[in-house]
Amino acid sequence: MTTYSPEVRERLERDAKEIIGRYPKPRSALLPLLHLVQAEDGYVTDTGQEFCAEMLGLTKAEIVGVSTFYTMYKRRPAGEFHVGVCINSLCAIMGGDQIWEELTEHAGIGNGETTSDGKVSLERIECNAACDFAPVMMVNWEFFDNQTPDSAKQLVDDLRAGKEIAPTRGPGRLCSFKEASRVLAGLPDGQAGDGPSAVGPSIEGLKIAKANGWTAPAPSKGASE
Amino acid sequence: MDRARTFEGGLRMTTLTPVLTANWDRADSFTLQGYGEYEAAKTALGMDPDAIIKVVKDSGLRGRGGAGFPTGMKWGFIPQGDGKAHYLVVNADESEPGTCKDIPLMMANPHSLVEGVIITAFAIRANQAFIYIRGEVLHVVRRVQAAVAEAYEKGYLGTDILGSGYDLELVVHTGAGAYICGEETALLDSLEGYRGQPRLKPPFPAVAGLYACPTVINNVESIASVPSIVSNGADWFASMGTEKSKGFGIFSLSGHVTRPGQYEAPLGITLRELLDMAGGVRAGHRLKFWTPGGSSTPIFTDEHLDVPLDFESVGAKGSMLGTRALQIFDETTCVVRAVLRWTEFYAHESCGKCTPCREGTYWLKQVLRRLEKGQGTEDDLTTITDIADNILGRSFCALGDGAVSPIHSSVKHFRDEYLKHFEIGACPFDRAASTVWGASA
Repeated sequence: MTTYSPEVRERLERDAKEIIGRYPKPRSALLPLLHLVQAEDGYVTDTGQEFCAEMLGLTKAEIVGVSTFYTMYKRRPAGEFHVGVCINSLCAIMGGDQIWEELTEHAGIGNGETTSDGKVSLERIECNAACDFAPVMMVNWEFFDNQTPDSAKQLVDDLRAGKEIAPTRGPGRLCSFKEASRVLAGLPDGQAGDGPSAVGPSIEGLKIAKANGWTAPAPSKGASE
Repeated sequence: MDRARTFEGGLRMTTLTPVLTANWDRADSFTLQGYGEYEAAKTALGMDPDAIIKVVKDSGLRGRGGAGFPTGMKWGFIPQGDGKAHYLVVNADESEPGTCKDIPLMMANPHSLVEGVIITAFAIRANQAFIYIRGEVLHVVRRVQAAVAEAYEKGYLGTDILGSGYDLELVVHTGAGAYICGEETALLDSLEGYRGQPRLKPPFPAVAGLYACPTVINNVESIASVPSIVSNGADWFASMGTEKSKGFGIFSLSGHVTRPGQYEAPLGITLRELLDMAGGVRAGHRLKFWTPGGSSTPIFTDEHLDVPLDFESVGAKGSMLGTRALQIFDETTCVVRAVLRWTEFYAHESCGKCTPCREGTYWLKQVLRRLEKGQGTEDDLTTITDIADNILGRSFCALGDGAVSPIHSSVKHFRDEYLKHFEIGACPFDRAASTVWGASA
């Protein structure tokens, strides 16, 4: 069994203590800590789980019982770019099924597998709450809206070729799976201000309301008391 | 209610009422500059907490996460003067298939949520709050983290907020991929660092919630609506909507519709009205079936275009308003395929705690796969409805009940389509025709 080097361990401990300190009870920090070790290793390793157990005073079995319950914790190394294709009913019908079929054939890997260069892993994902942008794909949990089989294949080719890619609603530069996991652990990367506030379907209703002069009723005077 | 104004031809016409979505077309809507200076929170901190609860009760606001429980009443259940810590937990685990309102809301207008948290926590006398966001939406997590940080910098969070003597800490917590954590007690277990599995109720979270302390759990949109109620008054909110379903809500149109998107309107608007605004079902096609509020709400058909989308009217027609997730499917769509996919989803997301749900969704999936391929028999229809009957009402939480909704409603409305599959030994639909690019082919 491997362990973290003293430098890595010191850094992880510092981060872990900061995260644990936010919660009334330490165990509440377990999900963020699992994201944190995933940010270090690219998946939830034995070493990472032992680290979590030590930090929280739990047994490794307790950690594994939790980590195996949640699908975002990977038990094998994810690609540098973890690509999800929504195959829940609406996206599947709008074309997600065809995207998945063509993409897996094109990339030569299946669900939960990673390309031999370690660049891309694929996952059939469930509804990601962007149905008005269907068919939807996610890369490292950033939105790639309104996809087609061709755009999906191009995306994976570009990712493998190391080209700079921007999500459709997100920062100007797509981060790595490890970097994404660090933000999810509760350690911001300073990129919140990047990207649009809302685009396309998100503001469709607002545009129609403005075009027609529709608003919510005006409040009456002295409303709040 | 004069909300449904009558115009020339005597047709009913409800208009949109942007409140939460009103600033989304500003490039800086997610910053304090684009949102405003928390005037509602300033007002609230000068009020008696019970008076805030009363305003929210009087407004008629009901939970926007699907169940529609009166928000003010929920707050009123928190015992006061009990000497225990109180907690506010925002359920931002939006994962119900079709539901896509809270995610763009937090992306574009996170400050409405943070301000709502301050007011709500103050009202229920909580000094610690959490926003539990699903993990699969990285940029939304960033936006909420940044909004919370901005609020701390401005002194809207932390100790002695704006000199009021009130302290509040707010933690942004991310989930890790589990639909079940949208169920409030599973969410609490998850937030405590366990597998997200529902608890038996009672005790309800208002009595024994997070760390066994009194806890309010509310949906994002519910909490984000609170500042507007405090600022504009209960009567203002109640002037929108219907008698028992008051106020506005975000309606999310997706699928085979010309202009899918977020439409903020008074409760009680109809799908016909919304489709008119959205350019109708995509060109050359007609409505076949739709969900009023996500996959867990029984499907409707074109018979239901004029059902007012409020809690009572949708319920009276055998479905539920849910999260106003209007997934629109046209005549190119195979209903058996849609139901199969939803069923696979429920089987995947069942937490495994209760046998009827864990085993039932598994077997539903097996039988539906056979049916969809045209390899089933008429007996299989009896089998799936029997299994569904044995899941319904027999588990701790509503996941199993939700899994049953598409089964029962699709067999009721589209029995012939199921039969057709095994009559011809295959799915009678061309999958390509239902895709976005297949429409023009």
